[in-house]
Parts: sequence; structure tokens; C-alpha cells
Amino acid sequence: MNGILKVIVDFLSQPAVLVGIIVLVGLLLQKKSTDVIIKSTLKAMVGFVVISAAAGVIVGSLDPFGVMFQEGFNISGVIPNNEAVVAMAIEEYGTATALIMTFGMIANLFIARVTKYKYIFLTGHHTLYLACMIAVILVSAGMTGVHLIFTGSLALGLCMVLSPAILQPFMRKMTGNDNVALGHFGGVSYAIAGYIGKVVGKGSKSTEEMNVPKSVSFLRDSVVSISLTMVVLYTIVALAAGQEFVETTLSGGTNFIIYSLMQALTFAAGFILIQNGVRLVLAEIVPAFKGISNKLVPNSKPALDCPIVFPYAQNAVIVGFISSFIGGVVSMFALGAMGLVIIIPGVVPHFFLGATSAVFGNATGGRRGAILGSFANGVIISFLPVALLPVLGNLGIANSTFSDTDFALLGIFLGKVQEFIGGVGLTGLLIGILVIMIILSATSKNVDGNAKA
Amino acid sequence: MKKIMAVCGSGLGSSFMVEMNITEVLNELGVSDQYEASHTSLADVTSGDADIFVTGLDLADSASHLPNLIVLNSLLDKEELKEKIQEKING
Repeated sequence: MNGILKVIVDFLSQPAVLVGIIVLVGLLLQKKSTDVIIKSTLKAMVGFVVISAAAGVIVGSLDPFGVMFQEGFNISGVIPNNEAVVAMAIEEYGTATALIMTFGMIANLFIARVTKYKYIFLTGHHTLYLACMIAVILVSAGMTGVHLIFTGSLALGLCMVLSPAILQPFMRKMTGNDNVALGHFGGVSYAIAGYIGKVVGKGSKSTEEMNVPKSVSFLRDSVVSISLTMVVLYTIVALAAGQEFVETTLSGGTNFIIYSLMQALTFAAGFILIQNGVRLVLAEIVPAFKGISNKLVPNSKPALDCPIVFPYAQNAVIVGFISSFIGGVVSMFALGAMGLVIIIPGVVPHFFLGATSAVFGNATGGRRGAILGSFANGVIISFLPVALLPVLGNLGIANSTFSDTDFALLGIFLGKVQEFIGGVGLTGLLIGILVIMIILSATSKNVDGNAKA
Repeated sequence: MKKIMAVCGSGLGSSFMVEMNITEVLNELGVSDQYEASHTSLADVTSGDADIFVTGLDLADSASHLPNLIVLNSLLDKEELKEKIQEKING
């Protein structure tokens, strides 16, 4: 009997199997045909295995980077990249990640259903990455079992609703309607950029009246931008560490520049693998989530990925990337001067978060708002990860970490609250936040009713 | 089965949303038995991957090598998408 039980436990504790079962159940509930069920279940499972397999590739190329950085600059350097850090964590935290993601999406549906915050967070890769980060932080602080899944899912569900909610006033202004929300976990940066624009933007003209060169648009191809940055970074770090050090301790005699070039390209290769894995995992989950939300949550607002706002200010996209990146470089030197861990500015987070911040800053405060708002983002996403590292447990010593604003803020919040008032206290606090949201919804409904009457 | 593929920078978020809209449009047009939708990134896409490609205005230059390319002024506007897909299918 114990033997059979062990087989079942072994089976279910494989995250890939668990994801397969979640997708399978979802498809059965939707009464899909057998061929679709087989195809989609297998693809989701393979996708999960691709992500774990790619972890080896990414870690293999990041480790020498860390060693060279330490040798060259006598300080640790961290490259924020969601894909890399999730792949590293998925082996150990995969089961908790899959469960927190599933129940987190259910929590999102529940919160949207019972409160006035009708946001359905449809940016699936961010849901997956955040579920993973929550799993790492709560498990590292000692939470287990049902308590872990309940608290993690509630935290994820709240974040999926609150992040779009704080941006909606700006989205209404930008899009001219209230039908679409922004679902991207750089939310706090975008809100700050929006407020900065309000404060500094008086009389500033829109970025769209400027002439901005389009030549950096090739960076939108994430493989191009990642390999380009990595080649530059690895070369600088290899030069700092010195030819002799690299060739004797790391490359086994291969020329140090060629070795670094290959490691940089290997990182980009791992990145492609992980993205493909994520795409396979999400292929059925996101449409099912959207379908269910349409049925269960009347008047729901889809919260969508950040490029949906790019057409509202195309010049701001370019301006924002550059200004945010400069903010990142300035912060990097500041961190070094303070003797803290160095957060190396990555092109991907500075592009997407910087660009979106600038679109928000431009909407409230023209080009001054766009430039200062995205610069602020660049500083924020350089300093926050430093505070996030200590709560990530054994992942805190990896050479990569989560890159976007809301990840870091939620992570620090979960880690610190648990440290001061314990796991049960954290769960209580999250329930308290939900209760406040329900009360706010109930009272504002009355206000609306009165206004109509 | 012909293929319609949505393309964006990372191939994760925006293109996935557009894919879901394409699927809905194909159902509305009653051609979901002839066309299927998928999504990918700018880095992965090649001209043989699909019969029709869809992308946003901000990526129009980077995706200009793709045949039968539909460029959307708004990624969210299903009516625009429907019109442009209908044009491609009939033309």
C-alpha cells in the first residue's frame, strides 16, 4: 500500500505532471475534443520540462560571469532577468509555483467577482514568474502545505487586481475609455511616472512632437537586445578580470574574449529556450482563464501586456528606454560607491518598463514627464532588487534576480512581514486587505446608487 | 489548414492576446475550420511559418520581411482586425 502511495506522491510532486493535470482538468471542463486534450496536455508538460532544462544552460553561462565580476571589481554583480531566475527556481519550487499560479488565478477571479475591482490579469508569463517568486519567498521563510498555497495564491490574486487598479486612472485618460487595463508587473513604476508627470509637466510638450530616431527599434527583438547586452557585459567583465585569470581558472586555455563571447551567446540561447517553454505552458492556460472570466465575472476588464500602450506615444517608447537605462547606469555606480551588490542594467526590463513609464509620464506631463518618469523607473528597478535579494533564501545568492518593480515590492513586503509578524500574521494581513477591498466596494456601490438616484 | 500568426517582441504577451482575438474573429467569420491562429516572437518568426502574419504598428518596420503582413493600428481593436483579416482572406 505504501508502495503505491509513494508512486502517486512521486508522480504528483513532479511539477511538469502537475501542470499537465491542471491543463487536462481545464480542458475536460471545457469539453474539448480528445485530440486537443492530448496535444495541449503534452505541450504544457513539455514546456515545463524545457524551462527546467534551460536552467542548466543559463546557470552554466551566468556562473563564470559572477566569478569574473567578483575577480575584476571585488564586489558581486547581479543581472536581473525574470526568465533566468525562474528557470533556476523551477526545479526546487516547481510544485508550489504551479499550485500558487492555478489558485492565484482563481483568487483573481474571486476578487474581481466580489469587489468593484473587475480586473482580470491576462499577462500569463508575469503570473507564472510572480507565482514562482512568491513560492520561493514563502518556502524560504518556512511556510508549507495548505498554508503556503493559500497565502501564496491570495498574495498573487491581490497583486493581479491591485497592480492594474492603481494604473486605471491613467489608462482612462490615455485610452479615453474604461474597457481595458494594463496588466504588467511594473505597475508601481508606471504610477510613479504618471504622478511625476503631473508634478513636473506643466507646459511641457508631448514627446510625439519631437523627432526621435527609429534606429533603436531593432532592440524590440528580445534575442537581439539580450545577446547584444550580454556580449558587451561579458567582454567588459572579462577584460576587468584579466586574460590570465580567465584562461587559467575558467576557460581551460581558450582565449578569454572568445570564451566570454560564447558564454554571452549561451545566455541568449537559454533565454530563447525558456521563452519557448513558457509559451508552451501558457498556450492553453491563458485562453481558458479568459473564457472562464468572461462567464464568471460580468463587466470584467482585461488587464493586458504593456506594449498595448506603446501606440499612444511611440516616441516616448524610445525616449523612455534611453532615459531609464541612463537611470540604471547612474544607479549602478551609486550602488558600487555604497559598497552594495551591483544591479547591472539589463536592456529588457529597461526597455519594457522604461518605455511604459515614459508613455504614462508623457500622458500626464509631456516630454518632461516622460524623461523624468522613466529615469525614476531606472533608479527604482536598480535599487529595489538589492533589498529583494535577502528574502529570496538560497536564490538570493544566484547571479540573477527578478527584474520588475511590483515583483520586488511584493517580495520585500512578503519577506519583511513574515519576518516581523510570522506566517500566520502575513496570511491574516492579506485577508485583511481583501476585506477592506470588499468593504470599499460595498460602500462605493451605495455612492454610485445615490448618484444615479 | 492555413495559419495566421501574431508576432510581438517577446512572443509572450501582446501576440498571445492578438492570437485570442484572431481566434474569435475566425469564429465570427465562420472560417475557423480553414484557418488556425498562433503566436510567436520577432526572433523566432520566419516567412514560412504561416500564411498571414499580424503585428502592431510599432513593430511594422521590424516585421516588414514577412509576407501577407497585417499591421494593426491598435492591438486591441477587434473590428480593425476583423476588417483586415477579411480583406486578406478574400483577396
